Amino acid sequence: MPQENCHDLLDGLSDFIDGDASAAICAEIQRHMTGCEKCRVVVNTLRKTIELYRLLPGPEMSDNIREKLHKSIDFSGFGRK
Amino acid sequence: MGTKDSERILLERIRAGDITACDDCIRQHAQGIYRFAKRLMRNDPEAEDVVQETFMNAFKGIARFDGRSELRTWLYRIAYNAAMMRLRRRKPEFVPLPETGLAEDSALMPRQLFDWSGLPEKELEKAELREEMENAIQELPDKLQVVFIMRELEELSTEETAKALDLTIETVKTRLHRARLWLRERLSGYFASAEPASPK
Repeated sequence: MPQENCHDLLDGLSDFIDGDASAAICAEIQRHMTGCEKCRVVVNTLRKTIELYRLLPGPEMSDNIREKLHKSIDFSGFGRK
Repeated sequence: MGTKDSERILLERIRAGDITACDDCIRQHAQGIYRFAKRLMRNDPEAEDVVQETFMNAFKGIARFDGRSELRTWLYRIAYNAAMMRLRRRKPEFVPLPETGLAEDSALMPRQLFDWSGLPEKELEKAELREEMENAIQELPDKLQVVFIMRELEELSTEETAKALDLTIETVKTRLHRARLWLRERLSGYFASAEPASPK
């Protein structure tokens, strides 16, 4: 992003991708991207980064750990049932 | 019954000392808290300890929960505090970065301009890519990491993340944006170095 106004647009990119940017900011970013290949790459790969992380499966809690957790919590003096 | 109503009833049962309500709470929230703790602690035994501590502290302190946030948010807050205590003990030299520390700012100006945006989502089936993405999360600067995990991976709203971490909404937004840029930079480097096998 070597051009001066590329940096100016950078702060607004997350809002732009999330659909939270104002219409004016969206128009400015879209206009800029039309003529700036580097910014297009940054926006597209930023969007892809977010998409991939949203699809990334997280660590799963095994049944064994779940069972251990239930057994390990000390309810003495807490419950009535 | 709406989510808010069922949560209110669950809380009333926990407050009344109903152990089966505690079990229900664990069943509903343990998976998310475990995932969160595992990503912060990076090992199973400590993640399990954090989860255990979280529920114990929550049930013992349920009277202090004022209902201004969702129960889930409160549990993440307790889990975060438990994890931080452990991480500080693990890293006695731990010194928080200043607000605009170099590590946080280092990816603000994109340098990697390799276009890998055509990558098919089925690439995520590859264990190597998943590992790379998890490693990248681990390498995020601490302040960015926890916001990214809560917002993007645990899907807490900006408001709930701010409440859980005692931050302003603006700070959460700024840190999430920096984390995304940081990860984009990191993944772009990874795909660029694997260019012959990549889509473009």
